[in-house]
Amino acid sequence: MTDVTDSYVTPDGRTIGGVVMEMNNITLRFGGVVAIKDISFNIREGEIRSIIGPNGAGKSSMLNVISGFYVPQEGEVLFHGKKRPPMRPYEVARQGIARTFQNIALFEGMSVLDNVMTGRLNYMKTNIFQQALWKGRAEAEEVENRAVVERIIDFLEIQHIRKTPVARLPYGLKKRVELARALAAEPKLLLLDEPMAGMNVEEKEDMSRFILDVNDEFGTTIALIEHDMGVVMDLSDRVVVMDYGRKIGDGTPAEILSNQAVIDAYLGVSHD
Amino acid sequence: MFYREAGDFKTTYAEDGQTFPIRFDRYRYFAVLIFAFGVVPFMVNDYWANALLLPFLIYAIAAIGLNILVGYCGQVSLGTGGFMAVGAYACYKFMTSFPEVSMFVHVLLAGGVTAVVCVAFGLPSLRIKGFYLAVATLAAQFFLVWLFNRVPWFYNYSASGQINAPEREVLGVIITGPNAPAWATYMFCLVFLTVCALVARNLTRGTVGRSWMAIRDMDIAAEIIGVNPLKAKLTAFAVSGFFIGISGALFFAVYLGAVEVGEAFGISKSFLVLFMVIIGGLGSIFGAFAGAAFLVLLPVVLKVVGVDVLGWPTDIVAHFQLVIVGALIVLFLILEPHGLAQLWRVAKEKLRLWPFPH
Repeated sequence: MTDVTDSYVTPDGRTIGGVVMEMNNITLRFGGVVAIKDISFNIREGEIRSIIGPNGAGKSSMLNVISGFYVPQEGEVLFHGKKRPPMRPYEVARQGIARTFQNIALFEGMSVLDNVMTGRLNYMKTNIFQQALWKGRAEAEEVENRAVVERIIDFLEIQHIRKTPVARLPYGLKKRVELARALAAEPKLLLLDEPMAGMNVEEKEDMSRFILDVNDEFGTTIALIEHDMGVVMDLSDRVVVMDYGRKIGDGTPAEILSNQAVIDAYLGVSHD
Repeated sequence: MFYREAGDFKTTYAEDGQTFPIRFDRYRYFAVLIFAFGVVPFMVNDYWANALLLPFLIYAIAAIGLNILVGYCGQVSLGTGGFMAVGAYACYKFMTSFPEVSMFVHVLLAGGVTAVVCVAFGLPSLRIKGFYLAVATLAAQFFLVWLFNRVPWFYNYSASGQINAPEREVLGVIITGPNAPAWATYMFCLVFLTVCALVARNLTRGTVGRSWMAIRDMDIAAEIIGVNPLKAKLTAFAVSGFFIGISGALFFAVYLGAVEVGEAFGISKSFLVLFMVIIGGLGSIFGAFAGAAFLVLLPVVLKVVGVDVLGWPTDIVAHFQLVIVGALIVLFLILEPHGLAQLWRVAKEKLRLWPFPH
């Protein structure tokens, strides 16, 4: 697909806007190891953008560059057309980028509700003295944000485990709580690192439905890494393929499926 | 039967977020408050105040403070004794420099000074974690005790090197010194404990507490979600230092009256408060109360049982006390690593359905 800057409407009726995030010639090295080599791609407003590739291709590193956890040695990250200076991850979070992790990174000692409430931290403005007093501003703010969080809890259908400590939950629910925590931040760009890893078919279907609903109802731009090709090709508007830190393909699912380099490196051919 | 939530409907988020959501629990809490404020002051005598009540109240404040740092924010500290000494010496300097000011102000200011010192010694926590941080705070412990021993300005150049609390009043009632009545010292400490516990509860249930716990449970994820680790850790050190400073000031001015820093605020004090937090339950304010009560009461109970009931010699009982306390700590850590607070939670869940558990 050619890079048009103006918006267009997808066959299923969603509007895809202009470019929100642009990665230009990103190179990331760890000592002598080159994790990402000269990669450029962009993410457009409202789209579901997938990053796929074999293990060790540098997909998670790419997500970590976007979320500010790694600072690339070369290249630049443009967010809303402006070059983003190197910043701490919590500053990136404040710009409206939220993410989930490949290995669940929930706060095990806290309840589901508290975990999701941490997603609202950037909206909490009261200072420590108001918090110590509680009555007044702090309580009002807590209630306001609780209402937002409860909407997300409803949306992801986890009302029944609201007060349960996260450590007691099964894997599939933990993944869902993590998505809830990321959504609580009402992000402009949501990064999902293997949201369906280790799930059975039903759980995958649930998660796919949630991802589509998030994109559809909140208009959230989503970038995701996933190994299940069926899911990726069904959900994505555009796909980036990485291999050994390089980009070997970029385009719509249909284009990717017929890309010979991608078939050779990752997809393979069926032998039946 | 007890602690039932049946029929107790919450219609607002504020109601749902209150400290004691279960009605029975709330009434019990008010009953304890009324008893502590309305009944105990009229019954208390010097023995009860000095042997049990004052140390319990003061250690509970210190344990709440340390629990915020260790239990909620996950930053291990072995500097509690040193920070209590900062509170004590700050209070002493304020008391002797401004004799006409109320003791309330002195104690609060002592807490403030300790908060600043605690933040300074908390700075290494931004780069180091776990055992290494424990060692760094241990350095604070030794440095502070050394400082108060070596710099005469802190003990007003007194010949003994000790500090002695002069007689000071609050609202016309003597609070410090040998002539202070037991009920007044008790009430003074109780007010501080109540306020500290409320503040600690308010902080830990809201935004600040959640960012502390996020740092404790997974610091990398916390930062990516938007927690500023610098701010979260240093506020934990500040709040913790404030409470520990208050407890140090009360320990010196109201409880002991005269202090030699190495003896009163040595490394054993750091461990004692840390044990209270661990035995009581990390990350629980009730745990701080339970741990303080346990470690203050246990030696007294053992002494009463050994000397008065069984008639053993005092020195043997004193040694047994150490052995039994040590054994109980080990036993506790094996059987219930989450402390007395967890036992209490389990008991509550059982009591809910008792006596018909099906």
